[in-house]
Amino acid sequence: MDMSRLQQIDACSWSVPLRAGEKRAPVLLYGSQSLLASMDDKVLEQITNVAFLPGLAGSAMTMPDAHWGYGFPIGGVAAFDPEQGGIISAGGVGFDISCGIRCLRTNLDLENITPHLEKLADALFRNIPAGVGEEGKLKLTPAQLNDVLTGGAQWAVEHGYGHAGELEYVEERGHMKGAVPGNVSEVAKKRQRGEMGTLGSGNHYLEIQVVEKIFDPDAARDFGLHQGQILISIHCGSRGLGHQIGTDYLVSLAKAAGRLGIHLPDRELACAPINSPEGQEYLGAMNAAINVALANRQILAHLTREVFDEILPQASLETLFDVSHNTCKLEKHAVDGKERLLYVHRKGATRAFGPGHPALPARYQKAGQPVIIGGSMGTGSYVLAGTKESENRAFSSASHGAGRAMSRTQALKRWQGKELIRELASKGILIRTQSMRGAAEEAPGAYKDVDEVAAATEQAGLAKRVAFLRPKACIKG
Amino acid sequence: MSFDYFEHDADIGVIGRGATLEDAFEGAAAAMFAIMVDAAQVKPLVQFAFSFAEGDVELALVTWLNRLLAEARQRDLVLGRFSLMRTDGQWQGAAWGAPWDANMERGTEVKGATLTMLRVGQIDGVWEARCVVDV
Repeated sequence: MDMSRLQQIDACSWSVPLRAGEKRAPVLLYGSQSLLASMDDKVLEQITNVAFLPGLAGSAMTMPDAHWGYGFPIGGVAAFDPEQGGIISAGGVGFDISCGIRCLRTNLDLENITPHLEKLADALFRNIPAGVGEEGKLKLTPAQLNDVLTGGAQWAVEHGYGHAGELEYVEERGHMKGAVPGNVSEVAKKRQRGEMGTLGSGNHYLEIQVVEKIFDPDAARDFGLHQGQILISIHCGSRGLGHQIGTDYLVSLAKAAGRLGIHLPDRELACAPINSPEGQEYLGAMNAAINVALANRQILAHLTREVFDEILPQASLETLFDVSHNTCKLEKHAVDGKERLLYVHRKGATRAFGPGHPALPARYQKAGQPVIIGGSMGTGSYVLAGTKESENRAFSSASHGAGRAMSRTQALKRWQGKELIRELASKGILIRTQSMRGAAEEAPGAYKDVDEVAAATEQAGLAKRVAFLRPKACIKG
Repeated sequence: MSFDYFEHDADIGVIGRGATLEDAFEGAAAAMFAIMVDAAQVKPLVQFAFSFAEGDVELALVTWLNRLLAEARQRDLVLGRFSLMRTDGQWQGAAWGAPWDANMERGTEVKGATLTMLRVGQIDGVWEARCVVDV
């Protein structure tokens, strides 16, 4: 990125001064100098375009893991006020609506699973449908799917996938209000028929991880984490239904913006005023897709438990937290000292409520919301805790992953899937995948340094590090 | 008809080229499905057709690619051959493919075609259609 266009505010915060005659909202970029310098200029271009959209509250901003996306950059955060003509954007949410991470905390330590790791990896790979073209065992009737669209993870629990107690540790208590199944196309519904309980492909994964380092013992205690403990992270979203909603609304909102007189600096920002019929229609459909994602991760957690029950019957897998990173949600935030109800777009950014936030369960009131930065399959991931500071700095948002540092086509030229899997196995990390191409694209070297991203996230005041997780086995889509 | 790719940080840029605009669209479709599977493994066992209306040729490319993805997923097919005809803003598409089978080497799932880097035009007399697809 052209650093000469940025003005440093503090070690990990940067603003973008207005050019002569430029009329837009402020832009803030969070990250260390080296992270920002290595980002593509397109990140700056895309987030600056967001700052031209109507009704933006405060600043348009990027997280330390930001990279070039479509519409918004990945790692982009922007809040819009419906009372000020604020918009909702399909490009600000993405195709994989409510993609996120379910993190499960086990009662097992590394020594308990080491002798069984191969068997666990094989059984998880058999039991969890993963990869392009794979379908799940659960086939829903149209009526059942409509119930999922409004019920979310609650529907899954009511149908035997997991238990009601864990919904307390799922965003929105597992059930997103405001879903309108009638706004979801029949094509989208048909695409989901065989895709409930599937992991998907690309950067999606199910990973067995060990807590290697604790940064904040008090928060770790509240989260129920200790060094050597085994966790499981499930990264996926709303599958075909979400993809189709993204597809359906991307073009229709791009056309609506023109019709409604919204000037789009780039038409991939496809949007409509929140209070317009078009905006409300997308909102109802997007909320339905959030419920599908919540249900999907609930089902995948259940399928994971089935595998552990068979191989390690003493295992207990509890939900640490389930948090999405591709959403637009109505939240109360203070801007310039005034509380406002805003629609916060987080595209590749995690909600990160600080201590005392009313949406958090009692257990996390003191520590703040668990935030998960999912790293690459060869390096590691972080559990962080939301901060009060983030409320003012980034509408309670934080990084969501390591963020890509290299394109998929470049990664394919540099790595071979089979070799990479052998190399990771020699380091004690088992990979199970149907796609050698996918493995190469997801090579750890294609990602930014997750340690630097997590450290910058903390330094920027967005979330504080609680624990570092090292991968032991990874099921890739 | 031929296809190629271009760089994008998170996703993949597809390019279709051909003597006509329709050829270029077919090339872009071939590029997109080749991300998911080796096209040489796909036999043309099943054929389907569909139509759509779109006056904007760039939005038509996105619509074409996304319709193919949706049709393929609903039919549990992977596609390897494509045909497209245009009369003004009316488009008639067809595709050939086969059901997924266990022996196919899986690539990476394409979630949808985006408006990013979207461009349809002629370069030195050759039609080119390109956009970023989300994976």
